Amino acid sequence: MRPAISIIFLTTLIGAGQGLFLALYTGQVYSTFKVLPIQDPLQFYALGSLFALGLLGLGLFSSFFHLGRPERAWRAASQWRTSWMSREVIVLPAFMASVAAWGLIHFSGWNPTLFVIRDAFNVDLALVTGAVATVLCFALFLCTGMIYACMKMLQEWATPLTVVNYTLFGCASGFTLATVFAARQVSVQTEFFGGWAIVLTVMVLITRIMSLVRNERIRPKSTIQTAIGIRHSHIVQKAQGAMTGSFNTQEYFHGASKRKYKNVKWAFLILVFPVPLCLVLAGLATNLWGLYLAAFLVQFAGLFMERWFFFAQANHPQNLYYQTV
Amino acid sequence: MKQLALVIDLNVCVGCHACVTSCKEWNTSGTAGFMADKNPFHKDPVGTFFNRVQTFEVGQFPETETVHFPKSCLHCEDPPCVPVCPTGASYKRESDGIVLVDSEKCIGCNYCSWACPYGARELDENQKIMKKCTLCVDRIYDESLPENERKPACVMACPADARLFGDVNDPDSDVSVAIRERAGYQLMPEWATKPANHYLPRRKASITIHEDELVRSDNPLKKEHKLPMPDDDDQTFDDVTSW
Repeated sequence: MRPAISIIFLTTLIGAGQGLFLALYTGQVYSTFKVLPIQDPLQFYALGSLFALGLLGLGLFSSFFHLGRPERAWRAASQWRTSWMSREVIVLPAFMASVAAWGLIHFSGWNPTLFVIRDAFNVDLALVTGAVATVLCFALFLCTGMIYACMKMLQEWATPLTVVNYTLFGCASGFTLATVFAARQVSVQTEFFGGWAIVLTVMVLITRIMSLVRNERIRPKSTIQTAIGIRHSHIVQKAQGAMTGSFNTQEYFHGASKRKYKNVKWAFLILVFPVPLCLVLAGLATNLWGLYLAAFLVQFAGLFMERWFFFAQANHPQNLYYQTV
Repeated sequence: MKQLALVIDLNVCVGCHACVTSCKEWNTSGTAGFMADKNPFHKDPVGTFFNRVQTFEVGQFPETETVHFPKSCLHCEDPPCVPVCPTGASYKRESDGIVLVDSEKCIGCNYCSWACPYGARELDENQKIMKKCTLCVDRIYDESLPENERKPACVMACPADARLFGDVNDPDSDVSVAIRERAGYQLMPEWATKPANHYLPRRKASITIHEDELVRSDNPLKKEHKLPMPDDDDQTFDDVTSW
């Protein structure tokens, strides 16, 4: 498939935004149960949610560039019964609204305690709002992943690993970003976020390699024999129905050289995993927030390449009708 | 339930592209707007087509065969492009099974084209909406046309009569009989899309003759000649000796 730049921006940006929110909210839950010290709601949670919203908003903005008719985008919310894309169109703004509400509660300071657990832990409005946002956050990961995983004819995508990878990549980049944010705020949660950023990056390294190995071994269900229905082991295409290109020769082929394709794969494997891991570890050792920032930027750049490769690797069965592209 | 479809006879198609040009000619003035051509007179022209004829060579020289293969939307009975559409622009008509795109609702997200394993959908460069074969829905019900012209433009144009049009769910229709009696098949059955369009395979007129039929003792060809009289003690068969 041709990597769609707007979709690469959308998925990486909202992934990082979702991960950042999850990190901040996890920190808040830990503080509520007195595992971690309580953070300043204004400086930490309100500002953090603003960053998360910024990433989500940029992602939403870039998604419009994917549409031929963006002015009709509102129609995309109508088919939530059958279409994962439609579900994403609903869940993304809902998640953004809940993050905004969560941030606003922290910003305004109007955060009444709703109930108390065991006379020790105060469950406040922000915690409940954040829980709603967390559910929507995971629903959004599910929708984003399922948009690709539900395409059974794109065998490279049609696996639960697609959803797992979208979720874990978002969480890993978001927790790395949360580490940058916490370190900049000189918060004690820096090490908490940094530790989880390492764990999540290692987890997604494992699942992404699993999907790479799986995709290497795929046996295409469609062949030129099933495509035109002629049983012969030697079939060569002589004409594609158009002398120059067509939508079919542009949309379904990445068009890059074999060398570039391989280079992107190795580049993302290096930039998303070992380099940020080393930088976060170095950051944890030296307490320099610049190292965390470098880790996030390198990982985010790597995720761009990962997403490019994710698209480029998918081999559409219609390509069988266009053998000489 | 009615399911209109095309049946394409690969045994007859000569690859003249008349169906392609006729389709474009009719549909470019259709209700969904004209079918854009980008750079039509310059380098790398790209155009929107609902129907294309491709050519494959089967076998290796000298045992080769050229197969011309027209391909348009197959109007699947279980179309994967319809449920994925986020706006409901892509739909399958209950009344006759034609799969259509509502040009007023399509947002041009390309998602349906990803879902179609046949690559039957094309994004129009000009209108930025998805387009596809409509089975000439604006022709086949047009009562201002003579009844024998209420067929898709490609069917009207085919000089070899390689394209049949009709209801594949009516067991007595021309298309059903052709599929049943001439081994009609579907493309990529592995995706369970149940394409309504069928293809009729190449056929060759051939008979099987075993070697013993050529050299058998009672080969009628030998009757032409007067055969020598056998010896008295030789075994004889009727019709193989001349007296």
